[in-house]
Amino acid sequence: MKEIVVISGKGGTGKTSITASFATLGGRDVVVADCDVDAADMHLLLEPDFKTAEDFYSGEIAEIDQDACIQCGKCAEVCRFDAIPVIDGKYIVQSLDCEGCGYCARVCPVEAIAMNLQNVGEWYISTIKTGSSMVHARLGIGAENSGKLVAKVKNEAKRIAEEQNRELVIVDGSPGIGCPVVSSLSGANFVVLVTEPTVSGIHDLKRVYQLVRKFGIKAGCIINKADLNDSVAAQIREFLNENDIVHIVDLPYDESFTEAMTRGKTIVEFDKGELYTLIRKSWESIKDIVISQ
Amino acid sequence: MKIAIASGKGGTGKTTLSTNLAAYLAEEETVVLTDLDVEEPNSGLFIHGNLINQEDKYKMVPQWNSEKCILCGDCQKVCNFHAVIRITDSIMVFPQLCHSCYACSELCPTGSLPMIPEKMGELREYQSGNLHFVESKLDIGQEQAVPLIAQTLRYVDDKFSEAELGIYDSPPGTSCPVIEATKDADLVILVTEPTPFGLHDLKLAVETMRELKKLFAVVVNRYGIGNDDVLDYCRTESVPVIAKIPNSKRIARLYSQGKLLYTEIPELKAQLDKIIDYLRDQSWRAAS
Repeated sequence: MKEIVVISGKGGTGKTSITASFATLGGRDVVVADCDVDAADMHLLLEPDFKTAEDFYSGEIAEIDQDACIQCGKCAEVCRFDAIPVIDGKYIVQSLDCEGCGYCARVCPVEAIAMNLQNVGEWYISTIKTGSSMVHARLGIGAENSGKLVAKVKNEAKRIAEEQNRELVIVDGSPGIGCPVVSSLSGANFVVLVTEPTVSGIHDLKRVYQLVRKFGIKAGCIINKADLNDSVAAQIREFLNENDIVHIVDLPYDESFTEAMTRGKTIVEFDKGELYTLIRKSWESIKDIVISQ
Repeated sequence: MKIAIASGKGGTGKTTLSTNLAAYLAEEETVVLTDLDVEEPNSGLFIHGNLINQEDKYKMVPQWNSEKCILCGDCQKVCNFHAVIRITDSIMVFPQLCHSCYACSELCPTGSLPMIPEKMGELREYQSGNLHFVESKLDIGQEQAVPLIAQTLRYVDDKFSEAELGIYDSPPGTSCPVIEATKDADLVILVTEPTPFGLHDLKLAVETMRELKKLFAVVVNRYGIGNDDVLDYCRTESVPVIAKIPNSKRIARLYSQGKLLYTEIPELKAQLDKIIDYLRDQSWRAAS
């Protein structure tokens, strides 16, 4: 079983539309993990049935028992996150500011502070329209530890793939370079970078690739909307060449991606023309690289 | 007045709106634009000015001092993030996991874990006429955006007066970096696109802003593509849609070159005027 992670650095480059297309082409052989838990959208294209749902707990938040509190203020004094202001004469934990370090609870002389495990979201195992499985999640509002939820989603997808003897896991990652992205990269066999020829697209591609290189994972790149700017597209190709990144394909600027999405379809179900051919070829070449590894 | 520009989904046009709105407003008044998308900051690709200041930003992490350590293991016990671990006769620190709470350091009976600064990123400040621009970039490999966002906000608060108009280009999503970036804002503008992905992520962003009890409004970007579901949702939920930026390949091309758009696209300027009218109305309301 091999694992392919799709990321982009910059948001809105077409990462999810392309990942969902690969999942569709891969059919029953491919287990899908939607690790963009902050803004998970893959379920809008792949018709999951939300067969099993489970709460996800991670991290703690302090809570002060007001009856036991002796107002000594030691908790507020040690809190580096200014999460315990005095409101109407009482020390009150601001849950959005609390990092869950537990320092306050350790120094409270009357043990009035409890550290409560946080429900940070829900995760699901679904059967999707390809006949395969998808693991996905919904992160709670303002929740922390999305890196841990990403790891959970990914590990469940791998477990399912192994149990059911599936060839591949495809992971839709999140934008950026922070903890959710780091978490989605760990253990991957191949990274697909989806970019666009804009000043921000190439800027973000270079940053996220530095992260990929730290992991030592082989990477390939899809230049989406490639005809939007020939000179930036050429710079991207040069960057790929210099860094030994496989240039998988150039896809044209095409609003049928959006049209397919508004009908709840992937582009490979909606368009059987040039886009279909390009994406199918891309998928075949990615599979060849990953399976021959 | 502090205005945060945010979105659930990435790539909806936060940076386009932040940079164009800031530059347009700066034709008349002082504006401070801050890029808080520290993982992938892009505003600086569109705003150019003279470099005023540059500083490295640090977070504090413990460093093991073996001399006085009695290997009691208390540090490992008090760290909720598994960032400090005792392995036989030594203490290992994992700075990436550290949240800088100081518990291990201050609770160590022998003072063997002093806190030392570790570089996490860089802040730069630029100026071009009335427009001040501050951006921070997280170093590659650093996983936590929140401490750098917090320090960037503190820098802007210390340096500029409350009276200035502040525009904050925020990170995508709905988790901790967005909360940090928007929590002090007087108004949050959510940028979305009229597509199923845009709508789905807008709903999450609206829930987040309601949870934070923020005043917020929506700008629809790429208007004309997709369908009317976003507008229907906003109407049903009584969320004000204050501008609609048209879908246009010309806009996409100019953006791809790193150009500001409002000087070249009159329709965009008209939409920015609508946003500015709304802002004036809000600040007038706040003042009265």
